[in-house]
Amino acid sequence: MKNNKLVEVQHLKQYFPVKSDKMFEKKVVKAVDDVSFYINKGETLGLVGESGCGKTTTGRTLLRLHEPTGGKIIYDGKDITHVKMLPYRRKMQIVFQDPYASLDPRMTVGDIVGEAIDIHHLAANARERRERIVELLSLVGLNTEHANRYPHEFSGGQRQRVGIARALAVNPEFIVCDEPISALDVSIQAQVVNMFEELQERMGLTYLFIAHNLSVVKHISNRIGVMYLGKLVELADSYELTFNSVHPYTRSLISAIPIADPKVSRGTNRIVLEGDVPSPVNPPSGCHFRTRCAYADERCAAEEPEWREVSSGHFAACHHLEKVQ
Amino acid sequence: MKEYLVDIRNERLSFFTPAGEVKALNDVSLHVREGEVLGIVGESGSGKSVTSYSLMGLTAHPGRLVGGDLYFNGHYINEMSEREMQKIRGNEVSIIFQDPMTSLNPVFTIGNQIREVILLHTNKTRKEANDRARELLQLVGINEPDKRLKQYPHELSGGMRQRVMIAIALACEPKLLIADEPTTALDVTIQAQILELMRDLKEKLGMSIILITHDLGVVAGMCDHIAVMYAGKVVEYGTTDEIFYQPSHEYTKGLLRSIPNLNEREHKRLVPIEGLPVDMLNPPAGCPFAPRCRSCMKICLSSMPNYTQVSDHHSSACWLLDKEKFERQAEGQA
Repeated sequence: MKNNKLVEVQHLKQYFPVKSDKMFEKKVVKAVDDVSFYINKGETLGLVGESGCGKTTTGRTLLRLHEPTGGKIIYDGKDITHVKMLPYRRKMQIVFQDPYASLDPRMTVGDIVGEAIDIHHLAANARERRERIVELLSLVGLNTEHANRYPHEFSGGQRQRVGIARALAVNPEFIVCDEPISALDVSIQAQVVNMFEELQERMGLTYLFIAHNLSVVKHISNRIGVMYLGKLVELADSYELTFNSVHPYTRSLISAIPIADPKVSRGTNRIVLEGDVPSPVNPPSGCHFRTRCAYADERCAAEEPEWREVSSGHFAACHHLEKVQ
Repeated sequence: MKEYLVDIRNERLSFFTPAGEVKALNDVSLHVREGEVLGIVGESGSGKSVTSYSLMGLTAHPGRLVGGDLYFNGHYINEMSEREMQKIRGNEVSIIFQDPMTSLNPVFTIGNQIREVILLHTNKTRKEANDRARELLQLVGINEPDKRLKQYPHELSGGMRQRVMIAIALACEPKLLIADEPTTALDVTIQAQILELMRDLKEKLGMSIILITHDLGVVAGMCDHIAVMYAGKVVEYGTTDEIFYQPSHEYTKGLLRSIPNLNEREHKRLVPIEGLPVDMLNPPAGCPFAPRCRSCMKICLSSMPNYTQVSDHHSSACWLLDKEKFERQAEGQA
């Protein structure tokens, strides 16, 4: 079982310093606070949550684009928390959210994809490099002629394909997909989602798929983790999570999603959460969710809930799991 | 028959850009009854916002109305001067924009911005306006209204700001509220709050709403009728149930197939709409959707289909429907 894990994080912490009103007082935002999970080879783990919950920071810290404040990152059995990342960059890649901002406007698409090949010396000569670029572009559904064009000549969906080709250029094993479809038009989203699935089947890729749209995450993921204010609150198989969630936050998140079916959406009684997400600089004591939770009591304010296994492979952190069920 | 509150007939609107004329709206006809919620669904660039902005006389510079007639609440919008428009705007029709972060003025307090609308359109005194502002904040579910009136937009969260926007829009009890992607910039749980609020307010105040969105889930729970737009055309119009359960245009069908359903219990591959969004500078000659359509025929590439009446309130512009009709007629004769 142990060899099956490709990526694992243990008690991952990422704190960012923030300005404080008082002099000499150090304040931090706990963007990611004690998060642990693993991803098996060939699996897709989805990470959902609202803006500011730390899902993107988790993905970036996992790749050490931020240096973690605490915790361990294990890749393929090796602790990579403090090693030189260059050899691992060949294995771990990322696709960014905004295809308009993540491509250098002054480089041709060929060079954007080729840059990774150059850095890792993956091509012996110019001809080989060119062939590789063409191969990558066709893999993501673009043509040879696209290699000489600039990003501004492409539509959003095509740019995201370029971003994916760039990630694939080094033949990675693991890709962090950070909201890869939320900037795209509805009719294009399905194209890109399908492409992620096809590439996974063909190349045996492992994904960490980060998004705020639970419908899409559920569609693409094997397991899903739900985050709230820097903490993982629930983690389970994607069907288990959508149909048998146990954490009050997950439940309200699911119930808040507008379903594209008029009869269903007229019939459902939504759990509408009161209030806003509290500021991550000053999160509530104890359970972070207690200020918006219907089940909250003194215990929730006093102690942080423990990360428990509810059923096989289904974890949640809540004091009142029995009551919720 | 009662007259429509909004009646847009064959609107044509173009943007005259340096690169050429962009026909943003190409023969758009829409209507909204009193107390009705109309959803306009479409991708970016399909003309959904442009249609409703033109109704408020808010067409941006290189854009110009080229043809068609726009009626709203007894006014003939085409021939109204900017001055006359100002009297209607914020009074009889108002708008909520997508991004509450940028649509409030950062240097004025919330109270100031709500009072501005009231003072402009009514004869109320400053004090009366302030009372009304407090009442409005309570109406949209903001606690401690007195404190909030004195705060600046940056002191409020996104969901709160959108509530303030709604309060401003409702200040003069408009007949029509245009909501342009009101929840796109918000988180799901906040989106649910805002949609709930809009539904409540509609019940309470009885206004009509035009809800512009690209999210089929949002329209499903809110709207009476839906217009599906593609490349500056309304390709299908019908009641919400008809659009979702008996879609007749290939684009609508494609859209519905391409979104993942949360309630699905097994994994099915999504069926995407292939191809790229239309290039509005060089639109295709016939039906704009033809190059991406699965059942494209020869005629689709050369000429634009007319609307076929599928049922009383359901029409759709697709040659396939004409083909079916001919076949049925032929069968009837034989």
